[in-house]
Amino acid sequence: MSLPIPKSNAQAALTLRNVTKRFNGSAGRVTALEDITLDVREGEFLVVVGPSGCGKSTLLSLLAGLEHTDEGAIKLGDEPVHSPGRDRLVMFQQDALFPWLNALENVLFGLRLKPGLSDAERLESARYYLNLVGLGNKEKARPHELSGGMRQRVALARSLAPNPRVLLMDEPFSALDALTREQLYGDIQEIFTKRKKTIVLVTHNIREAVCLGDRVVLFSPNPGRVQQVFDVNLPRPRRMNDPALANLAAEVTTALSSHLTADKQ
Amino acid sequence: MKLPRFVIPTFIALAVLGGWEWFVRAGHVNDVLVPAPSHILQWFWWALFDQASFESGQYLAAIQKGELLPATWVTMRRLIIGFAIGAAIGIPLGALCARVRWVRDTFGVLALGLQTLPSVCWVPLALLWFGIREEAVLFVVVMGTLWAVVIAVQESVLNVQPLYLRAAQTMGSKGWHLWSRVIFPAALPGVLSGMKQGWAFAWRSLMAAEIFVVIVTGFGLGSLLNAGRELLRMDQVMGVMAVVMLVGLLADLVFFAPLERWLRRSRGLER
Repeated sequence: MSLPIPKSNAQAALTLRNVTKRFNGSAGRVTALEDITLDVREGEFLVVVGPSGCGKSTLLSLLAGLEHTDEGAIKLGDEPVHSPGRDRLVMFQQDALFPWLNALENVLFGLRLKPGLSDAERLESARYYLNLVGLGNKEKARPHELSGGMRQRVALARSLAPNPRVLLMDEPFSALDALTREQLYGDIQEIFTKRKKTIVLVTHNIREAVCLGDRVVLFSPNPGRVQQVFDVNLPRPRRMNDPALANLAAEVTTALSSHLTADKQ
Repeated sequence: MKLPRFVIPTFIALAVLGGWEWFVRAGHVNDVLVPAPSHILQWFWWALFDQASFESGQYLAAIQKGELLPATWVTMRRLIIGFAIGAAIGIPLGALCARVRWVRDTFGVLALGLQTLPSVCWVPLALLWFGIREEAVLFVVVMGTLWAVVIAVQESVLNVQPLYLRAAQTMGSKGWHLWSRVIFPAALPGVLSGMKQGWAFAWRSLMAAEIFVVIVTGFGLGSLLNAGRELLRMDQVMGVMAVVMLVGLLADLVFFAPLERWLRRSRGLER
């Protein structure tokens, strides 16, 4: 089965202009994100990294349209983002698979909501993506019958299947063990290289960020701001134990800790 | 050698029944007030298999032989119809309570209050509103079921994991689709346990209604029990009590327990 592969160009898929988001916390109004201006290019793997409380998950909710900006604007292409949409699918932190559906039905969930497809096409597409994540033989398995890594693979297939313009990933590997995680890094890179999908991934793991991202955006907390942007020009597929990767990760770590100590003074 | 698990309980049960039989036969208690187990068994035989002239609507006829099965049927029919009506109204109302805040703050609070009200309290009103008729019994059963179901549905819908909703929304699910494909399946375990509670309440309220009111449209188990009292037939009273217990157990065994087990197993909540 052949699926159309979106053309890669330097045009921005997502644009954020002076985005600010505040919450009502127990200690009054808290600024989660302040004045974020950022472009996500078409076909780019962008990783947002930062310590907890830097607003990176909030950023993803804003991009998904699950929450609204207080100031500033977010656009997908030329369209302002103000509600959830099929063009921006999210892969969540823990597995958000529906326990009452099996693996195939979970992948079909989003496809069924996509208009203009026949049922046969939907089924074909769901099977294609389950195969892509290596779970073609687990169609009938319920989520609880799968390991944590497999569940996240199904979740990945579910968010890829409706072919969104942008894939948003909210710390999708944080609940997995190191071995499974590393395997998934490989899979994600392979899929990314093959399908040229625009991906925004949020994580607190700097190594993971450097391993996966074309660009790594370092966020600093209180309030969440863009601290620094790193270009990662290492060839893919990248391995976690690659020394060049470790060096770059160290650079990002230094930038983060210098900012955190400067913040304390 | 290890005994099968049922041996000791069976032995103890037989010993208790034997002791009871001996106690009554030896004349330690008035056997009119406390019938021996063998008398109750005899009554069962008589009530079950002596298919004499049972006609619903005739009070005296119902005290005659062979009335147990028809009476059980009358009661079961009331219970199932009343429960179905209560659940059919309660599920959408509970969902509405969960969905709309002001409904929850008004009707939801009222439902919470009415749920604590023993449903026998509805009997006088039911009689005044509907007369001594089938509708009166059904009304009491519906009132017994409804509020428990409303509260359970409201709570389980409010407790659906927000992550499921967020995931579904990003995939474009909203409105009826979101309710039928995500919220309701996610809330199902809670809804089911609410239905189970509603069933228990309905059963209690139906017995109360049947004992208090002689319903001319059908002679149920409660009426049979009360008739036993009036005729000083304690074997009948205790026999009917046993049947009432059995029906409750059976409903759980053949309906609710398998459903719950299936639900838990298919979602990996138990092995």
